[in-house]
Amino acid sequence: MAGNKGRGRAAYTFNIEAVGFSRGEKLPDAVLKPPPLFPDADYKPVPLRTGEGEDYMLALKQELRETMKRMPYFMETPEEKQDWRRLPREMMPTKKCKKAGPKSKKAKDAGKGTSLTNTADVLKKIEELEKRGDGEKSDEENEEKEGSKEKGKEGEEEEEDDAAEQEEYDEEEQEEENDYINSYFEDGDDFGADSDDNMDEATY
Amino acid sequence: MTQAEIKLCSLLLQEHFGEIVEKIGVHLIRTGSQPLRVIAHDTGTSLDQVKKALCVLIQHNLVIYQVHKRGVVEYEAQCSRVLRMLRYPRYIYTAKTLYSDTGELIVEELLLNGKMTMSAVVKKVADRLTETMEDGKTMDYAEVSNTFVRLADTHFVQRCPLVPATENSDSGPPPPAPTLVISEKDMYLVPKLSLIGKGKRRRSSEEDATGEPKAKRPKHTADNKEPIPDDGIYWQADLDRFHQHFRDQAIVSAVANRMDQTSSEIVRTMLRMSEITTSSSAPFTQPLSSNEIFRSLPVGYNISKQVLDQYLTLLADDPLEFVGKSGDSGGGMYVINLHKALGSLATATLESVVQERFGSRCARIFRLVLQKKHLEQKQEIPKTPDHAPSRTFYLYTVNILSAARMLLHRCYKSIANLIERRQFETKENKRLLEKSQRVEAIIASMQATGAEEAQLQEIEEMITAPERQQLETLKRNVNKLDASEIQVDETIFLLESYIESTMKRQ
Repeated sequence: MAGNKGRGRAAYTFNIEAVGFSRGEKLPDAVLKPPPLFPDADYKPVPLRTGEGEDYMLALKQELRETMKRMPYFMETPEEKQDWRRLPREMMPTKKCKKAGPKSKKAKDAGKGTSLTNTADVLKKIEELEKRGDGEKSDEENEEKEGSKEKGKEGEEEEEDDAAEQEEYDEEEQEEENDYINSYFEDGDDFGADSDDNMDEATY
Repeated sequence: MTQAEIKLCSLLLQEHFGEIVEKIGVHLIRTGSQPLRVIAHDTGTSLDQVKKALCVLIQHNLVIYQVHKRGVVEYEAQCSRVLRMLRYPRYIYTAKTLYSDTGELIVEELLLNGKMTMSAVVKKVADRLTETMEDGKTMDYAEVSNTFVRLADTHFVQRCPLVPATENSDSGPPPPAPTLVISEKDMYLVPKLSLIGKGKRRRSSEEDATGEPKAKRPKHTADNKEPIPDDGIYWQADLDRFHQHFRDQAIVSAVANRMDQTSSEIVRTMLRMSEITTSSSAPFTQPLSSNEIFRSLPVGYNISKQVLDQYLTLLADDPLEFVGKSGDSGGGMYVINLHKALGSLATATLESVVQERFGSRCARIFRLVLQKKHLEQKQEIPKTPDHAPSRTFYLYTVNILSAARMLLHRCYKSIANLIERRQFETKENKRLLEKSQRVEAIIASMQATGAEEAQLQEIEEMITAPERQQLETLKRNVNKLDASEIQVDETIFLLESYIESTMKRQ
């Protein structure tokens, strides 16, 4: 039943004291909207200093950033090792180009980690060469294998995260080629094979 | 290390060295000293990659190693040194103002590479300078060497600790890691090298500097099998010396603002005289006599001895106490109170922040409390001997050290926010940026092969007007964010200097 709404005082259905308010009227205001993202700034900030020195340092900073990315000290993240026996052969990236987009996109459904670029292939080659080369490095390699095996066991979550990362990256790469939403696009039989070979030209 | 510092280190490492180095570096900052295998295990990274990452970090003086008992080598990260990467543009620009382009490039190469031999630096810088010179002109190694020596003499570059020379190698197996040593007197000692040569251009012009055909030109100039004359002697930028310079700059500029140009020149002279005699962490400089100061004033300055004495007295009497009088011999002995000066600069920074954030009234209150040390709110205060709350009165005070620490922490957070925002802006516009770069590359190559104006225009039009607008906005925003990073770092420098100086006193 509606009860005594409007007649007399409102009665709470629970013990108001349990929540921490004493019997009284002073309840906090109702929250009508989420709190603001940033606190209000009462005063505008002072403008940045300008001048020859500042301009020069700015240019220096931006140049340094670019330069450091090209130095040998910058370590690129290598590809996650895949077990190629379990994936369709067409998943393996070809040597030439980075944009193996359409192939890896299909793997989204498989839910398995996708490989993006030819770097995995290159790494494999390097590994093979290393095996043939120095016998000294065998210890390191065993440890690497152990490392990756352990990773394989533990790394279910990691792989999925990685797959998610790679998928994201894939989508971005895809965007460069066309404006279509990925799920609407159906690959033709020869799509993958052809596009990879002609990637010397830039796309706009 | 606070979370804010760790976050900032993470962003800096990632931007400069990539994700793997960032992972290893941040792990070490969080956990402290660890051996190689534990790092690999805890971070889930392959041993090979951990080794490479550690090599990069050690090369850049961001990680040090130590041999512990039972021959285990442990690696330790230097969080504060990582934060110094923010200041690289300032170090390089300072070198430019003091030693012009040659000095600038020397310091830049040392910072980019962490450590280098003198011969390697000289060659690289000569090559770089030659690139910028007119056709046919080259930069002589000797000139670069001279600038290098000057940088070493004024302590802006220093030797890295060396591998100790082992006399007899059969006194047991070699240690797992060398213990690098350097003595005070060797730190700025330049090896006697006769570096003869000139810089080489990368592109071959009609007359190649070395006469080698282009096809044979190696990527790196180290194809000659001559032994490197200064092998094993590495140099790095001496960041503490730069900091001393920044501190001096800040003091001089504060005196100029508060008093006048002449006073600031006198203070600058005193600081210059104390550069090498006073350690950078001393609370005040060595006493200097008025006579000495008079003799050391810059050549252009024509003030009489009496005027100098008047200025010195004024400076010593000023309530800010930048200059103090420590005796009467030699016409009066004066010192610069470095610690007090840093305190004043930190306090001024705090006042300024209060003013800009909370308004003039709050700034007045803040300054009053600072001045009076302890202030009470206006209230009726009956005096009673007991401590009953209703009859106790509370005083307000500013704890400068705490406030400085708090503000410093905020600065770290600010810069982290600035960097993240900049990365976000860049990422949002990644596609457009890449398109714009491609178009520029095409235009450049077309210009090189002599294309017509009409063709160039056609290519330029591939970027539409709204896209140009977007790029302009992006550039403006990124510039603003970058400039903000640089200026917040200046505040970080002042606050850190003050805190460091205060902690040494406790």
